[in-house]
Amino acid sequence: MLRYILKRLLFAIPTLFAVSIIAFIIIQLPPGDYLTTLMADWASQGGAVEAGTVAAMRERYGLDQPLYFQYYKWIWGILTAGDFGISFELGKPVTELIWNRLGFSLLLSLLTLCFVWAIAIPIGILSAVRQYSISDYTATFLAFFFLAVPDFLMALSAMYVMSAWFGQSVGGLFSPDYVDAGWSFGKLVDFARHVWLPVVVIGLGSLAALVRIMRANLLDELSKPYVTTARAKGMSELELLIRYPVRLALNPLISTLGWILPAVISGEIIVSVVMSLPTTGPLLLRALLTQDMYLAGSLILLISVLTIIGTLISDILLALTDPRIRFQ
Amino acid sequence: MSINPNVSQNTILTVEDLKTYFPLRTGIFKAVDGVSFELKRGKTLCVVGESGSGKSVTARSILQIVDRPGRIEGGSILLTRADRSVTDLAKLDPRGKDIRSVRGKEIAMIFQEPMSSLSPVHRIGTQIGEALRIHFGILGNEQRERVLELLRQVEIPRPETAIDRYTFEFSGGMRQRVMIAMALACNPQVLIADEPTTALDVTTQAEILDLIKKLQQSHGMAVLFITHDMGVVAEIADEVLVMYRGKVMERGPVEQIFHAPQDDYTRRLIGSVVKLEKKAEVRLTRAPIAAEAAPLLDVKNLSLTFPSGLKAVDDVSLIVRPGETLGIVGESGSGKTTMGRCLLRIYDAQAGAIDFRRLDGRTVDIRTADKAELKDIRREVRMIFQDPVGSLSPRKNVGQIIAEPLKLAGVKGRELEDRVSELMLQVGLEPAWRERYPHAFSGGQRQRIGIARAIAVKPRLIVADEATSALDVSLRSQMLDLMMKLQDELGLSYVFISHDMSVIRYMCDRVAVMYRGRIVETGDTDQVVNHPRHDYTRALLSAIPHPDPRERRIHKRFRYDPARTVSANG
Repeated sequence: MLRYILKRLLFAIPTLFAVSIIAFIIIQLPPGDYLTTLMADWASQGGAVEAGTVAAMRERYGLDQPLYFQYYKWIWGILTAGDFGISFELGKPVTELIWNRLGFSLLLSLLTLCFVWAIAIPIGILSAVRQYSISDYTATFLAFFFLAVPDFLMALSAMYVMSAWFGQSVGGLFSPDYVDAGWSFGKLVDFARHVWLPVVVIGLGSLAALVRIMRANLLDELSKPYVTTARAKGMSELELLIRYPVRLALNPLISTLGWILPAVISGEIIVSVVMSLPTTGPLLLRALLTQDMYLAGSLILLISVLTIIGTLISDILLALTDPRIRFQ
Repeated sequence: MSINPNVSQNTILTVEDLKTYFPLRTGIFKAVDGVSFELKRGKTLCVVGESGSGKSVTARSILQIVDRPGRIEGGSILLTRADRSVTDLAKLDPRGKDIRSVRGKEIAMIFQEPMSSLSPVHRIGTQIGEALRIHFGILGNEQRERVLELLRQVEIPRPETAIDRYTFEFSGGMRQRVMIAMALACNPQVLIADEPTTALDVTTQAEILDLIKKLQQSHGMAVLFITHDMGVVAEIADEVLVMYRGKVMERGPVEQIFHAPQDDYTRRLIGSVVKLEKKAEVRLTRAPIAAEAAPLLDVKNLSLTFPSGLKAVDDVSLIVRPGETLGIVGESGSGKTTMGRCLLRIYDAQAGAIDFRRLDGRTVDIRTADKAELKDIRREVRMIFQDPVGSLSPRKNVGQIIAEPLKLAGVKGRELEDRVSELMLQVGLEPAWRERYPHAFSGGQRQRIGIARAIAVKPRLIVADEATSALDVSLRSQMLDLMMKLQDELGLSYVFISHDMSVIRYMCDRVAVMYRGRIVETGDTDQVVNHPRHDYTRALLSAIPHPDPRERRIHKRFRYDPARTVSANG
């Protein structure tokens, strides 16, 4: 097992290298660069820019150098000093920008995951065990409804309802008083009061999907002969359900747990923008729009790293839960 | 609960007029319709019948584990406990505590497919120990000790390591032993065995039957044994219950059922079994195939090694003469199917030659033939598969399925239609059924469709891989008769792959016995069956249950051990 993990990690190195090159090239693909975007912005605001200024800035940012040299400088900085470069637009180190938001992204993802699993698994089980009952049809209807509603619409309506009818402050993860304050008990309470809305809004879509998957998986398992065997042993229906079919129906789901890692960075961009959450999603969107080269590149690289780690975690989880995989 | 004085000392279970119905949209399906029988201590009752006769539902009704929407509609199932108290199981709530205290403790059950009937993700020790925990609350080390003891009883080698293994790490026979250990955990009075040996090889089947017998004697259990194999019935039964479409056709001592059957259906059932005990009439009267005739197929030193290193086919040589049926017999894993597939280049053998004599007299090596030639050859060499369900596309109707090879051969329009009708008649299907889809046909009819498809392009050689294994015994001889009729009409040759010695004996002219990828013995069927030369063939033959209760023999069988050859009983 350990050897397998080491081997997988070793294989990850060339993959990451290739991904970093591709990411860098893709960011450069649209015509122009950060400065062209910046100039267009200035021009639209009525400012005139002298040609000399542009050339000077281009030299300052290193954009006049050939592409491979820019790449080399960037990747060398990462490898030797952990330096991901500077964001052109925000003028801050990329590392600092990402770190500021990564924590919230991760926290939000984990909270959403817990929320989704805690609700979806029991509903899925109920839906399968009582197939074609009123509760099954209700769960099915709601699941398809929430799957169909676009998440930004859900975000907007939820925010409208909460602020117009309940007078709650919505948007962001904190009230204005606490945004820049240090951590305290008050801030934690304030966080809890804000965070549940985005968790519910983001979660509803995947919750609905998970209910359907759990229902389908469990229906497959319920008719398997080992269920009859366990019943013939004299086991009670509830214990039997949890011990055998549910355990097996969860296997494929457990193996998808690792996939939330890459989604931490890029997931739910639209909802995050609509609800102005301090996560990495809006940061990535902005960086791509303005061709903020180093910031966008670093975020994409980070997504790839997390994808690789996430897949590895998935494989390990699957091996842990299913001996058939483990012994192959 | 009450004390029932009318029942003899030894009766444990009395089933009276049991009715189990399945309400369907189209009406009520009476799966079990007025079945009565008794189970006695130390005795074995065999329930026989073809698929769909309701024998399995009867067994499940006793434990109230019938799949939904089946329900017990009437009758009684009286269980007499050791303390002489009597409970009517049919009156208990299927989800209630009372029936659960019977399941596994008083009455235990083992099933047909030991792989899918055991959980793939739990250790076998855990699965066996559960019954002990549920009924006696035995936990921890004590439970482990008891489970080890059970594994020893069912003769699983190295119980200390086996207890922590998973089902997929065991062979089919060992898995069934695990099932049996699980059933024995609480010392039940009754063991219900639902086709426990059907999925096993004959030699493994003989081992399991022996084990059940031994445990029955040492535990004093009553055994309800469900099977469709009359040979097994003759070997183990004290009493027999013959079922057909949910009703009991006949019930009596095994001797009477086999030698003085009262009911017509029983007579037919026994007849179709006995028919398969000897060579087919049409083959007895036919002139022997000339030994000097130039072979149609000449396989020389064929070998195939899988990437895993398994030598599936190991230096196999055989010939098939025109108009002849060559049987390939062997147990699962002997490489017989792989070898058959090599003959059609479904698998590519790595060494050897498969010389096939074309219609124009040329000899072509199928193993090295180029694409165009192979396409041509595949018109002359066809295959019939084991699974009549899986080998027919569910999205095409029967006419389309049979027409497919004809279309590939360029037959069109009116001619195609006529040919399809003709083929359907030839295999005994109504041409009017051509618009129907495979699911509307029974297993035997589906296999006929497969045969019609195989003979559509007038092949000269057909490789039939376990073509009758999925069929009931009464259909089996019909199918073999059909295949022989077609052989005589069309001048076909067959390579007939089977694990079942009786069908081989019934229709094959010559037989090759395969064991671990090698052919250990070849010869005329009569000679191989009656005077086997190789010890493996002897072991295989002696493990086959013999459908005559007066001559029980599998417990005296000859065991083959490739390392050292000894007879089991002396």
